[in-house]
Amino acid sequence: MSSELRYTANTQLEHLHARYTGTGHADLTKYDWITHQHRDTLTSIVGHPSLLSYLALADGEAIGRTKFEMTERMLQPCGPPPKKDED
Amino acid sequence: MSAPNSPRLVDSFTAPKEILQEFADLAEEENVDPFAETASKRQIAARQSDYHNRRFSRVAQESADAFKPVEDGMEVEGGYKEAMRLARLEQEEARVRRAIEEKERQDREEGKMKMDLDKTPPRAELEDVAMELAAAKELANSRDATSGTNRKRRWDVPEPADENVDPNKTDKNEWSKEALEASAPKKRRSRWDATPAEGAVGETPKKSRWDQAAVIPETPMTQIIMNAPGIMQEDKHNRYLSDEELDAILPATGYAIVTPPPGYAPMVAPRKLMGAPVTEVGGFHIQEGSDAAAVAAAAGLAPELPTEIPGVGSLAFFKAEDAQYFAKILKEEDETELSVDEMKERKIMRLLLKIKNGTPPVRKTALRQITDKAREFGAGPLFDKILPLLMERTLEDQERHLLVKVIDRVLYKLDDLVRPYVHKILVVIEPLLIDEDYYARVEGREIISNLSKAAGLAHMISTMRPDIDHADEYVRNTTARAFSVVASALGIPSLLPFLKAVCRSKKSWQARHTGIRIVQQIAIMMGCAVLPHLRNLVACIAHGLQDEQQKVRTMTALGLAALAEAAAPYGIESFDEVLKPLWLGIRLHRGKGLAAFLKAIGFIIPLMDPEYASYYTKEVTVILIREFQTSDEEMKKIVLKVVKQCAATEGVTPQYIKQDILPDFFRAFWVRRMALDRRNYRQVVETTVELAQKAGVSEIVGRVVNELKDEAEPYRKMVMETITKVVAMLGASDIDERLEVRLVDGIIYSFQEQTTEDQVMLDGFGTVVNALGIRVKPYLTQIVSTVLWRLNNKSAKVRQQAADLTTRLAVVIKQCGEDQLLSKLGLVLFEQLGEEYPDTLGSIIAAEGAIANVVGMTQMNPPVKDLLPRMTPILRNRHEKVQEASINLIGRIADRGAEFVPAREWMRICFELLDLLKAHKKGIRRAAVNSFGYIAKSLGPQDVLSVLLTNLRVQERQSRVCSTVAIAIVAETCGPFTCIPAILNEYRTAELNVRTGCLKALTFVFEYIGPQSAYYCDSVVTMLEDALTDRDLVHRQTASVIVKHIALGVAGMGCEDSMMHLMNLVWPNCFETSPHVIGAVMDAIEAMRVCLGPGVLLSYVLQGLFHPARKVREVYWRVYNALYLGASDAMVPFYPDLGELSEGQNVYDRHPMQMFL
Repeated sequence: MSSELRYTANTQLEHLHARYTGTGHADLTKYDWITHQHRDTLTSIVGHPSLLSYLALADGEAIGRTKFEMTERMLQPCGPPPKKDED
Repeated sequence: MSAPNSPRLVDSFTAPKEILQEFADLAEEENVDPFAETASKRQIAARQSDYHNRRFSRVAQESADAFKPVEDGMEVEGGYKEAMRLARLEQEEARVRRAIEEKERQDREEGKMKMDLDKTPPRAELEDVAMELAAAKELANSRDATSGTNRKRRWDVPEPADENVDPNKTDKNEWSKEALEASAPKKRRSRWDATPAEGAVGETPKKSRWDQAAVIPETPMTQIIMNAPGIMQEDKHNRYLSDEELDAILPATGYAIVTPPPGYAPMVAPRKLMGAPVTEVGGFHIQEGSDAAAVAAAAGLAPELPTEIPGVGSLAFFKAEDAQYFAKILKEEDETELSVDEMKERKIMRLLLKIKNGTPPVRKTALRQITDKAREFGAGPLFDKILPLLMERTLEDQERHLLVKVIDRVLYKLDDLVRPYVHKILVVIEPLLIDEDYYARVEGREIISNLSKAAGLAHMISTMRPDIDHADEYVRNTTARAFSVVASALGIPSLLPFLKAVCRSKKSWQARHTGIRIVQQIAIMMGCAVLPHLRNLVACIAHGLQDEQQKVRTMTALGLAALAEAAAPYGIESFDEVLKPLWLGIRLHRGKGLAAFLKAIGFIIPLMDPEYASYYTKEVTVILIREFQTSDEEMKKIVLKVVKQCAATEGVTPQYIKQDILPDFFRAFWVRRMALDRRNYRQVVETTVELAQKAGVSEIVGRVVNELKDEAEPYRKMVMETITKVVAMLGASDIDERLEVRLVDGIIYSFQEQTTEDQVMLDGFGTVVNALGIRVKPYLTQIVSTVLWRLNNKSAKVRQQAADLTTRLAVVIKQCGEDQLLSKLGLVLFEQLGEEYPDTLGSIIAAEGAIANVVGMTQMNPPVKDLLPRMTPILRNRHEKVQEASINLIGRIADRGAEFVPAREWMRICFELLDLLKAHKKGIRRAAVNSFGYIAKSLGPQDVLSVLLTNLRVQERQSRVCSTVAIAIVAETCGPFTCIPAILNEYRTAELNVRTGCLKALTFVFEYIGPQSAYYCDSVVTMLEDALTDRDLVHRQTASVIVKHIALGVAGMGCEDSMMHLMNLVWPNCFETSPHVIGAVMDAIEAMRVCLGPGVLLSYVLQGLFHPARKVREVYWRVYNALYLGASDAMVPFYPDLGELSEGQNVYDRHPMQMFL
């Protein structure tokens, strides 16, 4: 954050944001951001029963099974984090 | 002034003498520092009592870390055993000292002391004393020998500085000490054989003690308080000059240094040297080296103190005392010559100085550094520097706070490394526990609690145990409090076995006393958290009720009281075993002990079941009634309190109170004398009110009502306050006709007779009359005539009170249907509007307002059309009370009876109201703004609006802001369509203030009208376009606020097209940096999220999340985060498809989103 804003109310806003999972910052990597998107998507599906049953139907699976798989997938939805070799 | 023989000029004159004198006085005053007094108040030591300042005479010792493995067969220095031995020795000394004093006192009484005090007392007597002393020392010594530990020297114990003790005796004393030393097993240097190193050459007859201090070998027991009373006299103002200083002052030639006569030994009180061992700490500074500035600074010779220190930077302030402490870092040194330890020491000192005296940013970084490096520095060097600073006499609150903070932080880091310093820290921190400042107490608790967690229970106990039966009450008191903190930090159960043992100590009553006090403090501090351990705690101290020491019994009772208070309303079963001794005790004891017992009973009774409470109350009442007669103030207060507590319990019947308590209670406490002391007064009133809850209104009021005519005014006031409280709480339905006559009569009498103006009589009158309601009708004529008569009194205060009374009576008079009385009052008040005292005028207007309120605008007499024009000039009055009363009256008239007044009058009032917008009091401004709304409602908005819009041109900001609020209120009351065109038209004015004002008015308008905005948003779009593209920041800021309010108002109303347009205009402002502007813009964007939906916003944000410029990314991520927190779920469908970015193991496709049926 720029130095002019360091001592204003916006600092608090920034801190407040940083306390929640899923929020980002200027140095966030592509991988992290997309991982959050995936998790949000999965959460959203698990959280909306109608959407969940729609997907279960499309998949030909039981609702419980789909739910379980969705939840499991949240661990590393986009695979393991890439190695930091750029810098 | 002319010369004596010059011709006198007719028109020459001088000023009168008194004026010249006045200027002279002024000139003199200029030299006076007006803050000199407050400076000393800021110092903690200066404002504290002698008791608090006893902390300076405490001695700290190193506490050994028992958990540390003993290396090389070395014995642990300064262990528990050692500490206990020292404590016992100290007690023994105190006992002997007391014995000596006692003996002397006896001798004096017996008339033996006929000779002068400086003559030698009889030999036999001296020998007696000496023998006793020697015996005591021998005793202590023999204990040593048996315990086999190394003896520590106890020079730092201040001995009785009694002038009566003659030199002969001191000799013996010394001798016995020397004998002690000789017999001490460990070989060590005595003070006597340490000849000052440089003393031989430049010695003056008066040997400076500074020089001697240097050669004292390190003593294991360091007194960390350098400025203890004995050493105080060596401060820089009245200490002896050192040899160097003398050399500097006196010429080199013409003076000879006389050698001291043979056999001369300097007269130095040996114990006073003991400040010296801590020389390296800094307070007791040895002047070494050649740096003249540092020497001068330390000696207080340099008047100007530096605020720039090498290696530290600039400081906020710097005190003379700091120069002493920090002398080492004040001078330039060659750092290459310093050892590692010395470097470390300098580093710590610099950090401490920065923390203590630095500006906030400097302080912050220094604090972080010292915390990070705490383990590296080590506990020893850190605390050796911090603790002496905390005991500095000139310490101020702020410095203490900061240093305590340092200790707190450092403690966390050091953890168990602090063990050897626990006692030293406690000695410094314990005094905080009895500080009068609440926050200091909290800080103290915090530190001790952290300390006990770091050091562990066993170590804390072994460190503090010796202080439990310390001879000094102060030490025991603070130790008890510290123990209670330990208990709360580590849990009561872990401390219970120890407490049990201490409370049953057979060796000394002091230990029992302190143990019980610990329990008391635990109860006070932990409150209801004692409940799980209540039985154990009570069992711990129960036996103390039968202790043979009165002090122990008293403390036990107080402890039980604290426990019962903390446990209320539970836990009576835990007190079973103390009930009998308590109730037996009140028959046995007298005085202080009895007071404590009664207090305990007072707190235990409310816990009991009703029938028990009733029984035990009856038991205690006999004693209470006996003690009603006491002359002891403390006892009186406790008795009153206990009566209150007993009366409040369920089991005590009204019958019993009426018969057994009230007669004696009133005889003893309802006397004039009780009204004189403020605390007694309050206590009596409270207790009587409590009794009234049981006994009923008429019982109590009937007893005191005659006293309303008492000749002593304070007493009348006490009666009135009681009646007020009782009636306010219980109503007046219980009061029969005869009592009612007496009551009203007494109230009128005491109201008329009052000489001091305060609220009590007024409140009482108002409360009683309102409680009686319709029943006061017969007395109203009398009351109103009193009021009318007093309204014409020549004292302004009397008139004011009469008016205030009218305000309170208006409702009741209306209830009684006495409308003609009201109109008479109204007329008289109307005539009084010419009142010149503003306070009185304010009351009169308020009274007129109260009458208008109950009568209604149509029946109001004087008619509203006469009243309002009379108010117009009064609005110009600058007095706050007048302003508030008149604006309330006018607002009410505008609200309810605006049609009675011609429009021209209202316009005149509008102009006057503009002035009120500048008022300091918010209530007045708010009332004025609301009045605009009422007036606009009755007159139509056009004229009012034009007045307000014109007011936007004034210079004063507050006035403009209030006008904009008023415009918005007008818009709200008269419909937005009446105002918005006018505002838009006004916006075309080419004047910055007016345009901003218009924008501001629109923000309020759209905030107030909410969803109605949907009809108006298209009409303001063009104006907002203009404002959002203006160069002026404030324009864009205010326009953003308007956009926010509109967007929130029209969410879901189908205005997305115009909102989208506004969004495009707001968005580029997201790079603003001025805090208010960016705040407003961010708010507008958030509002757009609600109105347009997060998907649209996300598409804006995606453009810059991974922008190459960090500044852009930062802003966009902030918006993204706000968006995410606001609507993360709704964003899921809008996330872009990033499958093409997949690489290697990482697959970024969101497959669930691609499924369909």
